[in-house]
Amino acid sequence: MPSENGSARGFEGLKLVPRSEAAYKMKDFKSDQEVRWCPGCGDYAILAAFQGFLPELGVPRENIVVVSGIGCSSRFPYYLSTYGMHSIHGRAPAIATGLAASRPDLSVWVITGDGDGLSIGGNHLIHALRRNVNINVLLFNNRIYGLTKGQYSPTSEPGKITKSSPMGSLDSPFNPVSLALGAEAGFVARTVDSDRKHLTGVLRAAADHEGASFVEIYQNCPIFNDDAFEPLKDPAERDLRLLRLEHGEPLRVGPERGVVSGEYGGLRVADVAEVGEEALLRHDAHREDPGYAFALSRLDYPAFEHVPIGVFRDVRRPSYDALMNEQIAEARAGQGEGDLAALLASGDTWTVE
Amino acid sequence: MTKKVERLDRVIIRFAGDSGDGMQLTGDRFTQETASFGNDLSTLPNFPAEIRAPAGTLPGVSSFQLHFADHDIMTPGDAPDVLVAMNPAALKANIGDLPRGATVIANTDEFTRRSLAKVGYTEDPLSDGSLSEYKLSRVPLTSMTVKAVEEFDVSKKDAERAKNMFALGLLSWMYNRPTEGTTSFLKSKFAAKPAILAANLAAFRAGWNFGETTEDFAVSYEVRPARLPSGTYRNITGNLAVSYGLVAASRLTGLPLFLGSYPITPASDILHELSRHKRFGVRTFQAEDEIAGVGAALGAAFGGSLGVTTTSGPGMVLKGETLGLAVMTELPLIVIDVQRAGPSTGMPTKTEQADLLLALYGRNGESPLPVLAPRSPSDCFDIAIEAARIAVKYRTPVVVLSDGYLANGSEPWRLPDTASLPDLSVEFAAEPNGEDGEFLPYLRDPETLARPWAVPGTPGLEHRIGGIEKADGGGGISYSPANHDLMVRSRQAKVDGIARDVPPLEVDDPDGADVLVLGWGGTYGSIAAAVRRVRRAGSRVAQAHLRHLNPFPENLGEVLHRYDRVLVPEINLGQLSLLLRGRFLVDVIGYTKVRGLPFKAEELAGVVQEVIDRAE
Repeated sequence: MPSENGSARGFEGLKLVPRSEAAYKMKDFKSDQEVRWCPGCGDYAILAAFQGFLPELGVPRENIVVVSGIGCSSRFPYYLSTYGMHSIHGRAPAIATGLAASRPDLSVWVITGDGDGLSIGGNHLIHALRRNVNINVLLFNNRIYGLTKGQYSPTSEPGKITKSSPMGSLDSPFNPVSLALGAEAGFVARTVDSDRKHLTGVLRAAADHEGASFVEIYQNCPIFNDDAFEPLKDPAERDLRLLRLEHGEPLRVGPERGVVSGEYGGLRVADVAEVGEEALLRHDAHREDPGYAFALSRLDYPAFEHVPIGVFRDVRRPSYDALMNEQIAEARAGQGEGDLAALLASGDTWTVE
Repeated sequence: MTKKVERLDRVIIRFAGDSGDGMQLTGDRFTQETASFGNDLSTLPNFPAEIRAPAGTLPGVSSFQLHFADHDIMTPGDAPDVLVAMNPAALKANIGDLPRGATVIANTDEFTRRSLAKVGYTEDPLSDGSLSEYKLSRVPLTSMTVKAVEEFDVSKKDAERAKNMFALGLLSWMYNRPTEGTTSFLKSKFAAKPAILAANLAAFRAGWNFGETTEDFAVSYEVRPARLPSGTYRNITGNLAVSYGLVAASRLTGLPLFLGSYPITPASDILHELSRHKRFGVRTFQAEDEIAGVGAALGAAFGGSLGVTTTSGPGMVLKGETLGLAVMTELPLIVIDVQRAGPSTGMPTKTEQADLLLALYGRNGESPLPVLAPRSPSDCFDIAIEAARIAVKYRTPVVVLSDGYLANGSEPWRLPDTASLPDLSVEFAAEPNGEDGEFLPYLRDPETLARPWAVPGTPGLEHRIGGIEKADGGGGISYSPANHDLMVRSRQAKVDGIARDVPPLEVDDPDGADVLVLGWGGTYGSIAAAVRRVRRAGSRVAQAHLRHLNPFPENLGEVLHRYDRVLVPEINLGQLSLLLRGRFLVDVIGYTKVRGLPFKAEELAGVVQEVIDRAE
């Protein structure tokens, strides 16, 4: 991964994107549009962190494209001075796939939410992840439908009382990280809107990943689901619950607890005093087998008792775009550049005098 | 023994058998032989959607009809002169289409009690006299094939499977077809399986020799090459022609081709074909669904590719929302809808032209886009280029309405001189266009009303587009009432204005007729053949055919008003008629059939004659 201040060798995920001479500042990525989220919305913090991070990419502003779907989070592209498309509900991963696959010289970011990405657009999301298209997907998870004013979402907790579930939601929620891992994503991470440093670090790691990166961002909706992530934000509570994933470091939850191997290939949280320091697992983000990362993703429950944040999985394989371009290069190397007249006349022909 | 050779001016042959009998391959090979011989021809494959329906049943019958002649012809023919029936089901399913006196070649080996019972024959029709109106040839195709290949090391099943080559050999002898093409085709197809190759070649030769030696076939026939305009020809299906047209359009526009598509009958062959042409820089993306197919194509178009998606009716419906986004973002996009019988799943392998109103109006809001329709298999090449021309010039999605008949049917195609194809090169926006040095992504070209196409990677032109209503010029989000009214009308005016840029509707009216027959899309051949018949019978009738359905050619209203009566045949329940009445207040006479098949020329001729008689 490039260092925090300046990317000497550039990001892996951007190796086909031209390098920029310009020394951009955060303000260079602010558009002239007035930001119109509700006061106190977590999206402001994410936007600021993203604008603050973009200069680090070291690529020309015009080579960055932000594609979104529909929902509060999907207003994101308007507030960035890059190229952007605010598309239709759930379809951003599909649109970004066509763009990224045909333009390997672009840094493509998809902004989506729990409704946009996991409900109406769930199919596109999982397929973009398994294909490993070179895009970075930022999924703002506020566990509610904001733009349509407060219905339960695919990440809402069971029994949630909302406008459309007056007696409580009957749905079982998705765990977005588990879903992404199940969809064969090579890069899966989670971060929190209010922790700018952590958020920026995860963005950096995502950009460095060649292929699809999936980042779940816990994002507070102050209007329809305020304090959904409060236990992870309260300074006293937070450190007892957050499991900060650092590659090579022991898996610790607060000062007294840590993660050890459980039964049937699972993981469990144990008191360090009971199991001993040496029993704690060290985080390995590069394990080929997604089983470990999946087991980590299952530690969330119940009710944020212990919540892993950081990079769950970061496994390299060639991106879809790179493979597609390789096939074109291979076909041209083998058969030469296409000749239109020869193509039309291929097969059985005859001549009429 | 030298047999008699009779000369014919045209022949219609139908090969019919079980889905697994290889009838499409047999028909296709006979077509290639016929094409290389220089006849004009037209084909109609007809097959079930099931890959292998239960053997020997009526739903499992697959057929391939070929019409070839020593003059130019318009359709695959109404009624076969020759039916090759590989089993009782094939006979039963097709015998009703044969005129009295037609030839039936039946594979007697398959006419067993069990096979007969399966399709409800209580008596063997080959011996009970029920086929006395036809010239019946009883040929034990299967057993003769097995005998012919017994020296090769192939299984009984593989030996029997070569019977289609025996049939092809026999028919090739009957019509004096050249056989080199089939020989080399088999050699390449079975290159890795020498025993199978040897068996198929032997079966093919045995069929030919059987014709030459048996007394059952006393005569063979000659259909001389057609006098077609000079040039180099090949046989081509509509799907292949669309594929080539798209590759050509990519060259002519200078834009890399990106196809986003989800497999669907009868459009999948375009995806298959384009995936083979990577050395032309063609990117094909087999998407997770129809929506992702068009979405990826639109994303690629945003990035400066020639974005294309291919589909059929059910997929067309799913793409609607993204087409609306393409209308709103005013990006070039080509949508090929190979229409099939609907609604819903309908009859996937059968043709229809009932997506016209869907293409025109199947989106929320006022969402105009150009709609084109090819009139023949080879016209699919030209229409793909025309779609690209309009899409890139006017920055708009364009829908092409092909259909199952055009897609799978074939005809000879005179190869165009690639140097004579139009230059469609595109200029992306490179500089800010605003008075204060800013970039206005929705500042329209005063003539075409197209907006600039500024692709990512262009410095200084960074902008955001999307599905929300745009402010005129600047393109920011706008909820202003006046702006919305202006933008809705501007998008409409842009599409309407394309009428000035499409050729006027040509009318074929040599005798000054009172009745005009007006069609669109894949019915051209049937209508033209019907019109010929009517004229031959001494009546006057005019014909015109629409390739541009939106906008219509500028002179369409004038043409309609010029005739006393306008007959509009369609393979739907009158969709073009509805548009013509609404738009031009002309009470056109609709004639509709939705049987999953093209119109028959004879039937249409009768309808045309009736309208003429009514007028007089």
